[in-house]
Amino acid sequence: MNFGRVLSEATPLLLEGLKLTIGVSLLAIAIGIVVGLVMCLMKMSRNVVLKAIAEVYIWVIRGTPMLVQAFIVFFGFPQLIQLMSPSFRLDAFTAGVITLSLNAGAYLAEIFRGGIMAIPKGQSEAARSLGLTKGQTMRKVVLPQALKISIPALVNQFIISIKDTSILSVIGLAELVNKAKTYVGKSYEFFATYIFVALFYLIIISVLMIVSSRIEKKLQYEEKKGHHHGK
Amino acid sequence: MASNDTMRRNEKVVVTDLHKYFDKNEVLTGISHTVYEGEVVCVIGPSGSGKSTFLRCLNRLEEVTSGKIVIDGYDITDKKVNINKVRENIGMVFQQFNLFPNMTVKKNIMMAPVTLKKLSEADAEKKALELLKRVGLSEKSEAYPGELSGGQQQRVAIARALAMNPDIMLFDEPTSALDPEMVGEVLEVMKELAREGMTMVVVTHEMGFAREVADRVLFMADGIIMEEGTPEELFGSPKNERTQDFLKKVL
Repeated sequence: MNFGRVLSEATPLLLEGLKLTIGVSLLAIAIGIVVGLVMCLMKMSRNVVLKAIAEVYIWVIRGTPMLVQAFIVFFGFPQLIQLMSPSFRLDAFTAGVITLSLNAGAYLAEIFRGGIMAIPKGQSEAARSLGLTKGQTMRKVVLPQALKISIPALVNQFIISIKDTSILSVIGLAELVNKAKTYVGKSYEFFATYIFVALFYLIIISVLMIVSSRIEKKLQYEEKKGHHHGK
Repeated sequence: MASNDTMRRNEKVVVTDLHKYFDKNEVLTGISHTVYEGEVVCVIGPSGSGKSTFLRCLNRLEEVTSGKIVIDGYDITDKKVNINKVRENIGMVFQQFNLFPNMTVKKNIMMAPVTLKKLSEADAEKKALELLKRVGLSEKSEAYPGELSGGQQQRVAIARALAMNPDIMLFDEPTSALDPEMVGEVLEVMKELAREGMTMVVVTHEMGFAREVADRVLFMADGIIMEEGTPEELFGSPKNERTQDFLKKVL
């Protein structure tokens, strides 16, 4: 159990993995926000087909482990696509980003839906009464308010996504845990290495938590400012 | 007030046999009424009589079950009519103000004209400031709704509705959510609008306002117009027993 040795030997390796962890989760949450928003609007639309697609998507993602989703994306789909184009390859990075974005997207869709439903009906009625279309009302009045109140939950999903990147080590994505495993395989420094790994996660997630609580406080303040005085 | 029987009177709102169900519950049981240009119509009646529902049907915030509503010649019960275009000409003021809490007062007023490309950003701002002056809130243009009193919020809501240059204004119990000391300032703005000749339909519990400003008063109960007349007729010598009963309670 040589912390000094692990610190000097493993740090460069782990930092490399951490970079990928952060990169993949940032990319995935960005794509996930778009996917989540689209799926949320589809789920809330009156079009039965769009609604059904969104519902099935959310149901499947929420109802299956991400580990299995990663296997399907990385090993399953390529096999299927190779039936038609045998030269098709999917690298671990792309597969990882796809898995994590699809995963975050499903949860974010529900988060956004909650945000939209929390906006009082009077807001859209006021906008519609001025002559705005449904789409304009959504874009100009409902979504800005809904997204704002969704921010704390969104940051929370981001935290979950960061931790979930560790699952992607199983498809060979060279993120933090994967790098640690490689190092441990040579050095047998299980305890020290994994403690360091845990610390790395703890540090970046703590930073996010601080940011999130600042945002929450700011929102509470603005909400007070924006509160209706009417009875 | 502005209506004049010697003038040719333009029909602004023509409602014919309007029925409205919420599920199996019939809230409007056959309403027919015509509002003429420049007329101020006050709708009074006990709660649950369908007054607000009636008003909300006039810009199709509520879908009607059957009957016809013609606004400025457009049958808004016809699905082919672009309701958004018709709504641009109908301002609405709500009991709960419904200002957009994330926008400043000025932006609240500018939002619709800019989004609907009625005005450029600069013209909309000019218009917003003019309107704020008109409702006596020039100094509040950069404030957020939450920083205003209820009465101020409602005056901003009126300004917001006026920003689209509507020629009909609907008021859904505009003073019911206000503290008593703020009712006057809102009614004052509404009186001014009436004086300028705006066509107005006002659902209200303010009998003083109805008596003073209305050209016609409708008394609604059980989803129909039980009695209508000039304020003198309706308040002075109500004929219907339900009207008499209601007025006895509120006056």
